Amino acid sequence: MKFLRQVYAIVQKDLAAELRTKENLSAMLVFSLLVLVIFNFAFELQGVDITVLGSGVLWVAFTFSGILGLGRSFAAEKDKGSLEGVLLSPVDRGAMFLGKAISNWLFITVMEAVTLPLFAVLNNVAIPWFPLVPYIVMGTIGFAAMGTLLSAVASSTKMREVMLPILLFPVSIPLLMAAVKLTSGALQGREFADISNWFNILIVYDVIFLVVAFWTFEYVVEE
Amino acid sequence: MLRTSDRWLDLLGLATLILIVSGLYMAFMYAQTEVNMGLVYRIFFFHFGSIAAGMVAVLVVGIASIGYLRTGARAWDRVAEASAEIGVVFSTIGLITGSIWARPIWGAWWTWDPRLTTFLIMWLIYIAYLMLRASARDDPRVARFAAVFGIVGVINIPIVIMSARIWRGISPVLFQQTAEQQFTFGLTPEMFQTLVVCIVAHLVLFAWLLAHRTRLEALRDELVALRRARAR
Repeated sequence: MKFLRQVYAIVQKDLAAELRTKENLSAMLVFSLLVLVIFNFAFELQGVDITVLGSGVLWVAFTFSGILGLGRSFAAEKDKGSLEGVLLSPVDRGAMFLGKAISNWLFITVMEAVTLPLFAVLNNVAIPWFPLVPYIVMGTIGFAAMGTLLSAVASSTKMREVMLPILLFPVSIPLLMAAVKLTSGALQGREFADISNWFNILIVYDVIFLVVAFWTFEYVVEE
Repeated sequence: MLRTSDRWLDLLGLATLILIVSGLYMAFMYAQTEVNMGLVYRIFFFHFGSIAAGMVAVLVVGIASIGYLRTGARAWDRVAEASAEIGVVFSTIGLITGSIWARPIWGAWWTWDPRLTTFLIMWLIYIAYLMLRASARDDPRVARFAAVFGIVGVINIPIVIMSARIWRGISPVLFQQTAEQQFTFGLTPEMFQTLVVCIVAHLVLFAWLLAHRTRLEALRDELVALRRARAR
């Protein structure tokens, strides 16, 4: 119970800080909208079958804009010196990781919740909400978990925001493959049996990296 | 305290030299020319060797990273760093020689075959690993960061292999026949012996380089310690 209260406290702290400025979320939203617009021109999305290319466009928007939020997650704490405060408080490191990962996951999910309808409107596609939303939510879990761990690593290096995508993208390629395939399967209305392999990969990735990140996080933040 | 010369290192170096020279001789003179592929197939002896050394290097990075997080001993960190550097060199050689082979045989420098895809992603992860080390060099926690990322990277490899396979299973296959299938069918005993010698030669070369690189790092640490002692 104590552990869950600590997790909740960390999430609450992050949400309160974000709700006061909203700078992180607004940057992510504007960026994901920009990605949608740029892809429209880069790929001439009018006229092509959007259910084929759309999943790639969506996930590039999600991950690129998600990485902005993840990068700020620890950089902001470092700049304000608030990370020391959190580390000094008697909070379990695992709880700290889970709290951070949950708040990052929430921010990315909010961004996705705005991006997805925008994508539907801009490209004139019918979104199959039921299978698609759970896929996106699950893909975001693994991405946020791994991103939280690597954001803590990257924020301590010299290159910071540059370092995070370099570390996070190669590691999350299997997750992206699975998420893109599931999304396009949902957009094209394919049977679940056709894409269940990818669903398994997504679950394996989520579980393994939640556990690994949870376990190794303390080594990263400890001074 | 380290001695200026370690005898076993020199012996290992000598073994490497002998193996490399005999590997070269066997690859170019002993193994006969392959009927379908012609002379170009000989690059495979070096290709397989480099790939094998690259894979072993990745395993060593993973083991050393876990070792470091468990014990906190600097020796593990030295091994991980050395192995990652050398592994990236071998993997790069493997990628390039593979491309040189693929161009005349498959008619393309690169295909998104699951093996190649997996290897490329693995290569990217270890490039990122080295960049992380370079970028956090001054931080005393760099060893811990690198160890965490090393573990993440090594755990990711089986998942990458799985997803690359499924990925190919769904999308159309450009080249049905993979390199290995072509190879095992036409492998004469001479070719097989050559392949074994070449792989062993590359692995021993890797071990020799790893020992030297780790020793260099150990000497550097010793130097820093001596300087500090004098300054005091």
